Amino acid sequence: MSESSLLLVENVSKSFGAVKVADATNLEVNAGEVVGILGPNGAGKTSLFNLITGALSADSGTINFKGNDITRTNAAYRCKLGMARSFQVPQPFVGMSVFENALVGATHGAGLKPSAANAHVVSVLDATGLMARANVKAGVLTLLERKRLELARALSTKPSLLLLDEIAGGLTDSECESLITSIKNVHLQGTTIIWIEHIVHALLAVAQKLIVLDFGKVIAAGQPDEIMASEQVRQIYLGVDNA
Amino acid sequence: MNADTKGVLKTTISRSSRVSIIAMVLSLVLMLVLAWAPYWAGRAEMRLLGELFLYLSLASLWNLMAGYAGLVSVGQQAYVGLGGYLLFALTMFGGLHPVAAVLLAGVFSAFLSLPVAILIFRLHGAYFAIGTWVIAEMFRLSFAQVQSLGGGSGTSLPIGVVKSLAASRSGRESLSYWLALGAVVFTLGFVFFFMRSKKGLALTAIRDSEAGAAELGINIWRSKLEVYVYTSAITGVIGGLIFLQKLRISPDAAFSVSDWTAFVIFIVVIGGIGTLEGPIIGTLLFFILRESMADLGTTYLMILGLVAIVIMLKAPQGIWGLIRQKFDIELFPLSYFVHQKDASTQKSSGA
Ligand SMILES: Nc1ncnc2c1ncn2[C@@H]1O[C@H](COP(=O)(O)OP(=O)(O)OP(=O)(O)O)[C@@H](O)[C@H]1O
Ligand SMILES: [Mg+2]
Repeated sequence: MSESSLLLVENVSKSFGAVKVADATNLEVNAGEVVGILGPNGAGKTSLFNLITGALSADSGTINFKGNDITRTNAAYRCKLGMARSFQVPQPFVGMSVFENALVGATHGAGLKPSAANAHVVSVLDATGLMARANVKAGVLTLLERKRLELARALSTKPSLLLLDEIAGGLTDSECESLITSIKNVHLQGTTIIWIEHIVHALLAVAQKLIVLDFGKVIAAGQPDEIMASEQVRQIYLGVDNA
Repeated sequence: MNADTKGVLKTTISRSSRVSIIAMVLSLVLMLVLAWAPYWAGRAEMRLLGELFLYLSLASLWNLMAGYAGLVSVGQQAYVGLGGYLLFALTMFGGLHPVAAVLLAGVFSAFLSLPVAILIFRLHGAYFAIGTWVIAEMFRLSFAQVQSLGGGSGTSLPIGVVKSLAASRSGRESLSYWLALGAVVFTLGFVFFFMRSKKGLALTAIRDSEAGAAELGINIWRSKLEVYVYTSAITGVIGGLIFLQKLRISPDAAFSVSDWTAFVIFIVVIGGIGTLEGPIIGTLLFFILRESMADLGTTYLMILGLVAIVIMLKAPQGIWGLIRQKFDIELFPLSYFVHQKDASTQKSSGA
């Protein structure tokens, strides 16, 4: 592995019965990068995130993060090492307020003491535009607010690697623009990002590298313009995204 | 565009409301009044209150375990019975003072709950529930084998041990009442401060989404294990106190699934599972129903069942759930409130 690689996924495979969600997958992400992941529905994108964060355990292969072999560690441990993700299907703690939702990540994931945790959550809610909703129960949030809460909760853990799973899906153009701005800001502050997105123009606005998955396999990886020009990728995306 | 009209915002976070402060003051007053009961209440009322306190303790503990940690056990009678039997064994054969025996029963329960947890935590959902019940049955069958504790028919606490509590009958009754009051104050206090801590925040998150909690740095397995061990330990103490009130124990009474689990679940579910207030309301309602229908025999159980069904249909979040929905209050302050005040009162003219 190279000096600057933050995350190294080597030969990772995972099957559910006959379905191979990851098939000897390799992925290297360097510190400071923004990597975009594309692929049709059911390609195994979310499963790859689940394998990286520890929600799923790999059948074989190794995952290395910040020089630690984390293949057999649990999700909580990986979070404390500096990994955070947003869920494609938001997983809010519906009975807790927006503030409390993010406080969970600040006190547990980031391991902050109470007063530092409070201050950090306030700054995260400010950055994600949720401050006005701080005292509202997460169960009553709108879709956009739930997506923002996913981002806020992930940021509350002070991640060095942020995994975003279709965080722009279902948003209007202007909502999407403001989300892109938020994500660019997070990147500017030094956070490495891997972003799964069907909305290609949103990805292209920030990603420096693209990876295309299909049937659990990486079928293309490289510069965004090369990838978007490739015939294979265009074929797979025909009918999936016409942006 | 409207940024400069807002001025400088000062953000503060508080954790109590006027309602919760009033509730705390009132419960302190209530505690003092209750502590005085031996001087104003009759023998029967004191017995009833003592029993109510111990039921409320069991309900709060089960609520912490099932309502927050998602460990829906139907086998906590294992620790009630264990605590009871340890009280008898440690006083009769170990020569310990009953209060020391009850406390030691808690320690024993904690140690025993560890291997039990490692075994039953492999099970999920209904299998977990069945597993807890099987363990409790194993406890019952084991204690029924111990001939020196009366085997299957049980035994009474020797008169010498009873007298070691206090010389007079009224002295003993006061003491056992105060022990029950102390137990419920300790239990409610423990559950409250636990839920108010960082661990409680984690548990509330687990209650709402395990997947989300794990990815925010919470070790789900360890959080649940801690809750299981703590609740089992305190349940063991409560079990010791229950049988210190009864002065007689038998395997069927000690490990009764209806007395120590079914009624407790009824209390928590009708009161409001996953809230600290729910078990209190549930216990009060349970005792009101029980005392007003004491002459009805088994019909009373059918009415309890009916009440449970009606409440579960009309208010799935229990009675406290309904109240909270209507008035948005909490008596035990667990929530965080963010306040933003305009701090630009000192003539700052926005850059
Ligand atoms: N826990 C599971 N058990 C069985 N099959 C699963 C499980 N999780 C995912 N799958 C299957 O694995 C395949 C990949 O799913 P995954 O969610 O990773 O796809 P995706 O690329 O994220 O798709 P989408 O774009 O729709 O989000 C799908 O066919 C899915 O049905
Ligand atoms: Mg997906």
